[in-house]
Amino acid sequence: MSYETIIGLEVHVELKTKSKIFCSCSTEFGAPPNTHTCPVCLGHPGVLPVLNKQALEFAMRAAMALNCEVADVTKFDRKNYFYPDNPKAYQISQFDKPVGEHGWIEIDVNGEKKKIGITRIHLEEDAGKLTHVDGAGHSLVDFNRVGTPLVEIVSEPDLRTPEEAYAYLEKLKAIMQYIEVSDCKMEEGSLRCDANISLRPVGQKEFGTKTELKNLNSFAYVQKGLAFEEVRQAEVLNSGGEILQETRRWDENNNETLLMRVKEGSDDYRYFPDPDLVDFYIDEAWKEKVRGQIPELPDARRTRYVEELDLPEYDAGVLTQEKSMSDFFEACLQAGGPAKPVSNWLMGEVSRYLNANEKEIEDIPMTAEALVKMIQLIEKGTISSKIAKTVFGELIEKGGDPEKIVEAKGLVQISDEGEIRKMVNEVLDGNEQSIADYKEGKKKAVGFLVGQVMKASKGKANPQLVNKMLVEELDKR
Amino acid sequence: MSLFDHRIADIHELLHKKELTVTDLVNESYSRINQVESKVDAFLSLTEEAARKKAKALDEKISSSSRLEGPLYGLPVGIKDNIVTKGIRTTCASKLLENFEPIHNATVVERLNEANTVTIGKLNMDEFAMGSSNENSGFKVTRNPWDIDRVPGGSSGGSAASVAAGEVLFSLGSDTGGSIREPAAFCGVVGMKPTYGRVSRFGLVAFASSLDQIGPITRTVEDNAYVLEAIAGHDQRDSTSANVEVDKFSEALTGDIKGLRIAVPKEYMAEGVSDEVREQVLQSLKTLESLGATWEEVSLPHSKYATAAYYLIASSEASANLARFDGIRYGVRVEEGNLIETYKKSRSQGFGEEVKRRIMLGTFALSSGYYDAYYKKAQQVRTLIKRDFEEVFKDYDVIIGPTAPTTAFKIGEKINDPLTMYATDILTIPVNLAGVPAISVPSGLAEGLPVGLQIIGKFFDESTVYRVAHAFEQATNFNELKPEL
Repeated sequence: MSYETIIGLEVHVELKTKSKIFCSCSTEFGAPPNTHTCPVCLGHPGVLPVLNKQALEFAMRAAMALNCEVADVTKFDRKNYFYPDNPKAYQISQFDKPVGEHGWIEIDVNGEKKKIGITRIHLEEDAGKLTHVDGAGHSLVDFNRVGTPLVEIVSEPDLRTPEEAYAYLEKLKAIMQYIEVSDCKMEEGSLRCDANISLRPVGQKEFGTKTELKNLNSFAYVQKGLAFEEVRQAEVLNSGGEILQETRRWDENNNETLLMRVKEGSDDYRYFPDPDLVDFYIDEAWKEKVRGQIPELPDARRTRYVEELDLPEYDAGVLTQEKSMSDFFEACLQAGGPAKPVSNWLMGEVSRYLNANEKEIEDIPMTAEALVKMIQLIEKGTISSKIAKTVFGELIEKGGDPEKIVEAKGLVQISDEGEIRKMVNEVLDGNEQSIADYKEGKKKAVGFLVGQVMKASKGKANPQLVNKMLVEELDKR
Repeated sequence: MSLFDHRIADIHELLHKKELTVTDLVNESYSRINQVESKVDAFLSLTEEAARKKAKALDEKISSSSRLEGPLYGLPVGIKDNIVTKGIRTTCASKLLENFEPIHNATVVERLNEANTVTIGKLNMDEFAMGSSNENSGFKVTRNPWDIDRVPGGSSGGSAASVAAGEVLFSLGSDTGGSIREPAAFCGVVGMKPTYGRVSRFGLVAFASSLDQIGPITRTVEDNAYVLEAIAGHDQRDSTSANVEVDKFSEALTGDIKGLRIAVPKEYMAEGVSDEVREQVLQSLKTLESLGATWEEVSLPHSKYATAAYYLIASSEASANLARFDGIRYGVRVEEGNLIETYKKSRSQGFGEEVKRRIMLGTFALSSGYYDAYYKKAQQVRTLIKRDFEEVFKDYDVIIGPTAPTTAFKIGEKINDPLTMYATDILTIPVNLAGVPAISVPSGLAEGLPVGLQIIGKFFDESTVYRVAHAFEQATNFNELKPEL
């Protein structure tokens, strides 16, 4: 039987406010355990939460960027459960009046555009971090993270393939980065994803039983986990089996999903309105103020690159995927860089370098101005594109001014006709056979001879001039 | 005659004139405690060393400055043990918190510190403020100074008894369903439950967050007004604290209540209220009439549902509020094989019966499938109760009735019958559900036991409540009646 795959994603995004959502502790990542804590986030007796307004505004901004309707009244609820990472034994979250609902984003898979619905986006506090100590018989709790503001973004079950899920996550991450509410660093836990997946026979309306995937530490694992689960569920169904409502984890060592626990019924979190917090009324003026903080989003940028800069769709897509890359490109345009050559360098040499060295563009010393200057040196003919690679190597490792690098290394292109003609004749004198080949009509010989001249000039000779002089001198002989 | 028979204003004047020292006041507290505490059992902890040190410092400050800062300067205060005090054990009268020393102060404690009061000790209560008799304390039962075989009321029993017994000049209590007013009535002192949001709850260990409110217990209405002035006001650390200006309550005490319109709900004078209590209220109304007020009978028709709604709402909130007490990060841990068992053992051994009863009730009321029928319905009833009050306050300035249906009952009399115990609060609970302010003032004795008159005001109109209570007090002087210990 053939099945249709139904996927829905729940994504938690940490908001990069300076302080926690209900107290003034710092949200800085990586501090020594339990140093960013106070009686409020530790849930000591008698403490009360006070909402960080910035967190609410970031959540509103995110809701708007995801095309959600922003609530006129939003409130907080208590989600009750006992766990050592949850010091109050309830998490302050949002139940029936989330910040935003009914949104969508557009994804692009293999050139096909598709709208994916966003059910809701709500604001809540993060839990602490547990470290299980192998063989020690105990676990360690770090409460630095407890109270970090999070938004949970729940998609509609609109995704049909693991590739779509991947594209959705890429787009969501790009949007969150563009609106500057989160770093979305999966390795630091500032973006986390749980995936729900079920199969149903093609044509059937009702959803099948779903499993929930956890421990998905990268977008690639999300895609792989879903792909594995797609096959596993189909095998179970085809052999007459039944899918159980399970929570499974992705085992990255063995490339498979493993059962964590079978869910019986739904968990009862006994949500009720948190009486320590008041309702928040969001009027039009406030919404407008927040709307004004939303910069150009990736889709809009992409369209602009195609329509106004004449970049190919492919370039526009790659350049806008990461905000940092797109911002670098924007800075290059600001510095007077020509769009397509800049795009070529960014998508080519720059990306290659970043990937090979596992770096982000903001980590390199090369400025946008420097890259543009280098491209201009090529266009003016001061350096050849071959020489440019040497300059670039220096720039991206150490930064600096391309003109000075060219000067210091003596890389300026030789465009003096007399000098080139001299080199050409010297090369011709030593290559009788090539001259003979040329005279017999073997045009290939020119290419060889150009190479020889370039070699003799240590790559500095202007290749166009070399070509021209060679033909002239050959014809004289 | 005790130093604490003086009004706050008089003591302030004596301190100012250097006819009295803060050390004298602190001595008075501890010598009285030595004398009567074995009978009253009002305190869970005493902070004598720190108190004497602070008294000395405050005395030195008096001699070097010309003007005393604030009317509460140097006054000995007792604090209910559910209000956190930095470095001073705060137990909520629960065995689970027997060893808990807070690392921060409640806002009210900070405000008292700014007012230069001297903390004498922490006061006994029903565990986590759940109870009406102090018999639910995890440690001991405070006794009523008027008859030590009787309860002082609850949950702020220690707060009321310590003031009535002359151990402190004033105390702080908390009131979720009557926990300041009922013990004030039983012990013959003045107890104020301010408007919800008037006093910061930051540092009050939460029982029912939407109902809890801290308030003063004093000998006189005027003293009470001074204390509330000091502790009231907006607090950025409490989202539910109201950003409403704090009136000079002490300046509202004009003695003039001519033309005051009093509403007396028939539900507050009905079955369940003892004859002698009803008789006293009628006498009190006559007194108020003689001062120029008028009264009429009104109805608060949804009062009969108040107790049911209250026990659902308060217990639901409590079930979440008390979930943090698991013995892991603070409090008493009972170690068992694994985490869940440790949670269970710590909680089942640490909490008393009444607390467990309410946690279970609240957990049930919030459970999926029951939420609408219980918690949500109770909230709807609460809205109706609030409207009852708003309706009456369109035509009247205050609502008056008894504070408690009876005088203090015998220790052990109701402890095995929770429903009868809960009925003790039928006249105070609706006030918390509505959120309005109410005071209990002494209105004389019935068979040797104090009776309290409850005066309920409009939202944030503590001034009128105090003015009426003060006029009544001036006309009757019931506050001068003292128990013999």
